[in-house]
Amino acid sequence: MGRQETFYELIRRQGISRRNFLKFCSLSAASLGLAPHFAGKIAHAMETKPRVPVLWLHGLECTCCTESFIRSAHPLAKDVILSMVSLDYDDTIMAAAGHQAEQAIEDVMRDYKGQYILAVEGNPPLAEDGIFCIPGGKPFVDKLKHVAADAAAVIAWGSCASWGCVQAAKPNPTQATPIHKVIKNKPIVKVPGCPPIAEVMTGVITYYVTFGELPALDKQGRPLMFYSQRVHDKCYRRCHFDAGQFAETFDDRGSREGYCLYKVGCRGPTTYNACSTTRWNEGVSFPIASGHGCLGCSEPDFWDNGPFYERLQTFPQFGAEATANRIGATAAAVVGVGIAAHAGLTALRQAKVKPNSPAETDKRA
Amino acid sequence: MSEKYLPSTPPEARVRAGHFGEAIMPPAGVIPGPVYVYTAGIRIWHWVTMLAIIALAVTGYFIGSPLPSIGGEAYDAYLFGWIRFTHFAAGMILGVAFLLRVYAFIVGGHHARQIFYIPFWSIGWWKEVFAEVRWYLFMGQPKEYIGHNPLAQFAMFTMFMLPLIVLLLTGFALYAEQMGINTLWYSLFGWVFVVLGESMTVRLWHGVAMWVVIIFSIVHMYMAIREDMTHRQTAVSAMISGWRFFR
Repeated sequence: MGRQETFYELIRRQGISRRNFLKFCSLSAASLGLAPHFAGKIAHAMETKPRVPVLWLHGLECTCCTESFIRSAHPLAKDVILSMVSLDYDDTIMAAAGHQAEQAIEDVMRDYKGQYILAVEGNPPLAEDGIFCIPGGKPFVDKLKHVAADAAAVIAWGSCASWGCVQAAKPNPTQATPIHKVIKNKPIVKVPGCPPIAEVMTGVITYYVTFGELPALDKQGRPLMFYSQRVHDKCYRRCHFDAGQFAETFDDRGSREGYCLYKVGCRGPTTYNACSTTRWNEGVSFPIASGHGCLGCSEPDFWDNGPFYERLQTFPQFGAEATANRIGATAAAVVGVGIAAHAGLTALRQAKVKPNSPAETDKRA
Repeated sequence: MSEKYLPSTPPEARVRAGHFGEAIMPPAGVIPGPVYVYTAGIRIWHWVTMLAIIALAVTGYFIGSPLPSIGGEAYDAYLFGWIRFTHFAAGMILGVAFLLRVYAFIVGGHHARQIFYIPFWSIGWWKEVFAEVRWYLFMGQPKEYIGHNPLAQFAMFTMFMLPLIVLLLTGFALYAEQMGINTLWYSLFGWVFVVLGESMTVRLWHGVAMWVVIIFSIVHMYMAIREDMTHRQTAVSAMISGWRFFR
């Protein structure tokens, strides 16, 4: 493998004008929430930096992250994977197959030691030595550790790689494990979501290509620029929340009026994601705009966090999905009855001892 | 009956050494004089906390299970906003009152400290707890205590102080969540999400702790009133005047 050509060289070779190139840089800066002068910085990076080699591995997953990624509009996924980065391995969409494909991993690991990005979609199951996910004849967990060893940074695509997602939901028979519990010594950026928003995925890559480092992360390792606000904070139905106007069911008047979906289980208030700002499919819509509450798909363990269509989390241990309110009210009622009984017994006792019996007084003295 | 222990009498004279919760053992036929148990700060804290908890429990319930919607346009109403505002304001008051109470714990005496701990490793203390349990099962005879009896201390620590701390931590963590991940609030309380997990789980424990405090409050009120009516010492008025009278 020779020197990776830069993004600028590549798009000029493809016949794209410099004017269009600069437009792309401005759009990228805007989509990352950067100040206008960063467009120049992006342009400079694209002109001078070699394309970053990316190895994209697939573990236990459903490929929804890839499906989302290829729908990115700003920047176009095509621009990212063909121009901004050098996507040297992605077993889902690459042309090569079999030994030829696996060789690509080894080549990149040898030629770009410590410089390539490892992007992981899905996660490794650890039970029984990882036998529940075997790409290329080897357990995925081994492949993951092998490729991570010489990576510059790791991107955890989607909720699978970030938190575990559905395959790690209770009881998690295969011990599907988020990658940060397997890869300990590399910087990991989590891009959770099931799937993540396309523009968020390409945005993270654009940021890395531009600045040569991962974006600022929150305590849980998610990029602050996309995950620092809740879906609720920028939801267009927020005014109905504050007014106390809620859809009670999906077919009532409130639902038709576009009231807040809080009472039908919307997880917007507990979900950090950019859905209500960036939206999906070129900004067309997002779940709440389509009349369905947020499922909180970018939050840890969202499959286990109570029923999707109810507001309150439940205790499965107490039978038919009892909420804390139900258990608490029942316990309070039991205690109330107990107190009434106890008070009755006390009154009986007192009546026996009184009136002004010295016996009681002496006993207590 | 005429001999009285005056408030100025040193506690050692009335308190038999070696008993937990300052059990008093006056000679037979002697009525001890009143004792100043709860200082003004403790009493104010008690009632401020009570009012805050009532406001928090009611508004908190409605935040978890909102009232039926009112119709019309969103700009006509701010009902849920006010419910949440009340909840947050009362939560702030509860939090500040708690901090002052912790200060009272540090500088205060025995009575100010009792509800913050239980002498877990003391067998003698557990025996006295058991004696109180027997008393409430209409068996046996417990000691008289100036402060809280050991059973009360046990309940106040496990069913009030611990859930109160859980409520404050989870509550402020959820508040930090809405204030934003880059705020000082989040730096102070964001770790709660690391310990307890995702914020729906934090809400769950917030609700569970509230119910524990509600159940405690029911029992607490019953016990205090019952004590006043059947025992030979005052309980309810002691939290108003600060003085515990014996009769």
